[in-house]
Amino acid sequence: MSEKMTTPKSFQEIILRLQNYWAAKGCAVLQPYDMEVGAGTFHPATTLRSLGSKPWAAAYVQPSRRPTDGRYGENPNRLQHYYQYQVIIKPSPPDLQDLYLGSLAAIGLDPALHDIRFVEDDWESPTLGAWGLGWEIWCDGMEVSQFTYFQQVGGHDCKPVSGELTYGLERLAMYVLGVDHVMAMPFNDPQSPIPLTYGDIFRQTEEEYSRHNFDGADTAQLLRHFEDAEAECQRLLDFPPEDPKSGKRIIMAHPAYDQTIKASHLFNLLDARGVISVTERQAYIGRVRTLAKKCADAFRLTDAGQDAEVGA
Amino acid sequence: MDLLIELFSEEIPARMQARARDDLKKMITEGLVDAGLTYASAGAHSTPRRLALSVDGLSAESRAVREERKGPRVDAPAAAIEGFLRSTGLSKDQLEIRDDKKTQVYFAVIEKPGRKADEIVAEVLEATIRTFPWPKSMRWGVGTLRWVRPLHSIICLLTDETGARVVPLNVDGIKAGNTTQGHRFLAKGSFPVSSFDDYVIKLKRAFVVLDHAERAAAIWQGATNLAFAAGLELVDDKGLLAEVAGLVEWPVPLMGGIDEVFLHLPPEVLQTSMKEHQKFFSVRNPRSGRIEGFVTVANTETADQGATILKGNQKVLNARLSDARFFYDKDLRVAKAGMGEWLDGLASVTFHNKLGSQADRAARIVSLTREIAPLVGADLDLAVEAARVAKADLRSAMVGEFPELQGLMGMYYARAAGMPEAVALAARDHWAPKGPEDAVPTDPVSVAVALAEKIDTLTGFWAIDEKPTGSKDPFALRRAALGVIRLVLENRFRMSIDRPLDAAVLRHQIGLAPSNPELLNEILGLAAQHGIHGAPTRNLIARSEGAAPSWLAMVRDHDPSVSDDLRDFFHDRLKVYLKDQGIRHDVIDACLSMPGSCDFTLLVNRAESLAAFLKTEDGPNLISVFKRATTILLQAEAKDGVEYSYGAEVKFAETAEERALFDALDEAEAKIVPAMNSEDFAAAMAAMAQLRAPIDAFFTAVQINTDNQVVRRNRLNLLSRIRTICSGVADLTKIEG
Repeated sequence: MSEKMTTPKSFQEIILRLQNYWAAKGCAVLQPYDMEVGAGTFHPATTLRSLGSKPWAAAYVQPSRRPTDGRYGENPNRLQHYYQYQVIIKPSPPDLQDLYLGSLAAIGLDPALHDIRFVEDDWESPTLGAWGLGWEIWCDGMEVSQFTYFQQVGGHDCKPVSGELTYGLERLAMYVLGVDHVMAMPFNDPQSPIPLTYGDIFRQTEEEYSRHNFDGADTAQLLRHFEDAEAECQRLLDFPPEDPKSGKRIIMAHPAYDQTIKASHLFNLLDARGVISVTERQAYIGRVRTLAKKCADAFRLTDAGQDAEVGA
Repeated sequence: MDLLIELFSEEIPARMQARARDDLKKMITEGLVDAGLTYASAGAHSTPRRLALSVDGLSAESRAVREERKGPRVDAPAAAIEGFLRSTGLSKDQLEIRDDKKTQVYFAVIEKPGRKADEIVAEVLEATIRTFPWPKSMRWGVGTLRWVRPLHSIICLLTDETGARVVPLNVDGIKAGNTTQGHRFLAKGSFPVSSFDDYVIKLKRAFVVLDHAERAAAIWQGATNLAFAAGLELVDDKGLLAEVAGLVEWPVPLMGGIDEVFLHLPPEVLQTSMKEHQKFFSVRNPRSGRIEGFVTVANTETADQGATILKGNQKVLNARLSDARFFYDKDLRVAKAGMGEWLDGLASVTFHNKLGSQADRAARIVSLTREIAPLVGADLDLAVEAARVAKADLRSAMVGEFPELQGLMGMYYARAAGMPEAVALAARDHWAPKGPEDAVPTDPVSVAVALAEKIDTLTGFWAIDEKPTGSKDPFALRRAALGVIRLVLENRFRMSIDRPLDAAVLRHQIGLAPSNPELLNEILGLAAQHGIHGAPTRNLIARSEGAAPSWLAMVRDHDPSVSDDLRDFFHDRLKVYLKDQGIRHDVIDACLSMPGSCDFTLLVNRAESLAAFLKTEDGPNLISVFKRATTILLQAEAKDGVEYSYGAEVKFAETAEERALFDALDEAEAKIVPAMNSEDFAAAMAAMAQLRAPIDAFFTAVQINTDNQVVRRNRLNLLSRIRTICSGVADLTKIEG
């Protein structure tokens, strides 16, 4: 842990330090996925790439949307749009815990001053047909990350196992920066010519999307879009693998998976609009899971999702 | 010699550690003993990162074993000899041929040499690791080995007077050695150990307290001292203590205060929030009883004596309690306005898709409470009001956040709404008893609603045929039935459960939103009191035919099969309950077949008296003479094709013993009949016990089957009187032995 343990000055500095740290540890630093997702796990760099045996190491920020968590920008901790920092490494390295602790030190959480704990937390995503074992990480009693060893994704056993780290960036940064309300958090350096807080950037959008999520979204249309995404996912997967135009074998696993992501987000919006009953809820989740499993099946047939050849 | 094992891994969930210690000790020591080793003692330990076992006084090698087995004859078919060779693992030239009764047979002499402990330990430890029964286990990296979290290193060390040696062992690339690591942050690097004592000492130097009990004691002591120094006291919580001891290797208790603005929150809210979310102990002011502080247990020492850690924890707590206060204040506003918002909102909470919403359920519980309140001596208006609001807190923000506070919040909110205290207590206690250890409410209003709540659940799931099967009981119906049984028995209520069950099952079968609900409630109310076939119920049904709601036919042509099945379920639960109280199953059976078996208090009185009676000297003897009498009687009745129940006449008695039995029966009957009428089973059985000697004497002196048919029939009728008198007390034919 040789990284400088100075305290960062802003939200973006914490992100930059994490980017630098994981880049230095050999991760491909990817960019966010360009679709609405509920968590960094939905990025195909995690879901699909955790399948098959080909080694993989990626880190990225993922804007995440949880429509039901909208509070019009008023709640100090809750947002319907927030950022996760995601690290995924396959196979999980034996020193992943130490690597993780190094990343906390890099953003100014010195284990000689803080109480850092690994507290049991089994992770399960019913929509992705995925589960794993690991912990939530506590820093002085505050949950700052999730740490998971994937055992199954899309109904497939993970062989080898991927290690996944998820940092809830706002909460972590608020703690590091000593800020009590997310909207008051400095986004860039407060000494900048034009200092911007998190609220300067997101208070208005939190209001707009809260209204949209709870009242504005057209539920009939959302329902239709859900059905469309479901049908489209299936249609794309039904294509024969041989592409007549290129003469290549091209399975459209990623485009189909995009439709799964869409269906999942549409379901979240419908849920926020309160039009899904408790019993229907399970059925919708099951429909998304079916799509996720089919995409996982398809991805396993592609080059990236195959088991590496012996000696490769 | 001594054995030390350490399995060093990433953090083991606290809740799994106690089981894991027991399993490790059991699997290793049993494996060693099965392989022929002996040991003096063994002890298992755990920290978040390690499971350890020390075994003392282990024998250095297993004893040599010599076994001789007799095989087939020399001239036996080849297949038989082959089989013998296979089973012994020998070849034909290793067999001995011996003379045996004029023929020759093969003998196998199998010498199992003693094996070194090293070899055995390695095998047993590897098998233990590979088959360890973690509740949940996982793979990691490229490996296939499963452990609770990634396993990093193994110590397997044998120590004797010549020194310590590592037992060679390699489990999927993890080689056993003699090194371990200390605290994750306070100690650096790994170090070798030479024995269990050395291991414990070096761990402590490396900021790890190996023994969970020692950690728990240190936490308790440290936390108590902190509280005491501030004039406060720690709130006891053994479960939390065990959990926290499993979360730390180097416990450092730190105490903080709760901000003044949160002190008006109910203590249970503070406690639950601190415990569930943050594993904090609560600290109470002994004078006011208020929760005013907390103790968190850090896993590390810092240069600032934990100031940063405490500050961070305090901040998290403040955020949590701000949420709780926000919920509580918001809830209080709804409560003070009469809870109307919540009561309306229950309509949008599904209870079960075939049993309607929580509002439907609340309405049924109100109707049932109206029926049950008079049976348990509850004030009708209070009980109905309590039933109406009992479920309201399900819609409160606080219960949404902490489901485990349901009921309790209901009590606080009912008080805030200015409702009578009996109503508030019922809101809290109508969930009780939640388990076999949970206390049973005694306030009649609480009891009425608690019974209604459980009967609605049971009859509902019976009506839609969702009964428990085998180990599956997703709706906790066994617990609900036991709850009803305990509510009735522990309050010694005299009520027959079958009629309310019938009425409640019918209400479910008729379904949600019946037409003319007032009439339905009136009819079912009568049914719960007088039975569906009782005259008042029938009269009202007859008078209502003109109105003819569609459900009337269902009441009129009531199908009892569902309630009968549920009644049997209750009886099964009651048997389990009474068995736990030490009452034999045959005693229960003898009482279950008597009338009034749905009156649990009556049933248990009878069973307890019978059980006590069977413990007296007269008891078993009376049962045997009773059985003798009934056997003779049954044989004669089968042979003659009549039932002897005409009444015996003393004038046909021929012997003194016979006449004495007449007298004794008269006397017993004179005592038993009034005793039974007043349900004084003990007195009835005491009177019955008096019959033993005269019946004995009768059987010794008198031959039942004589040639004089008049005398014979008279004696059989006399036996019949014994049967009638005794059978009125319990079905003694069910008693075993």
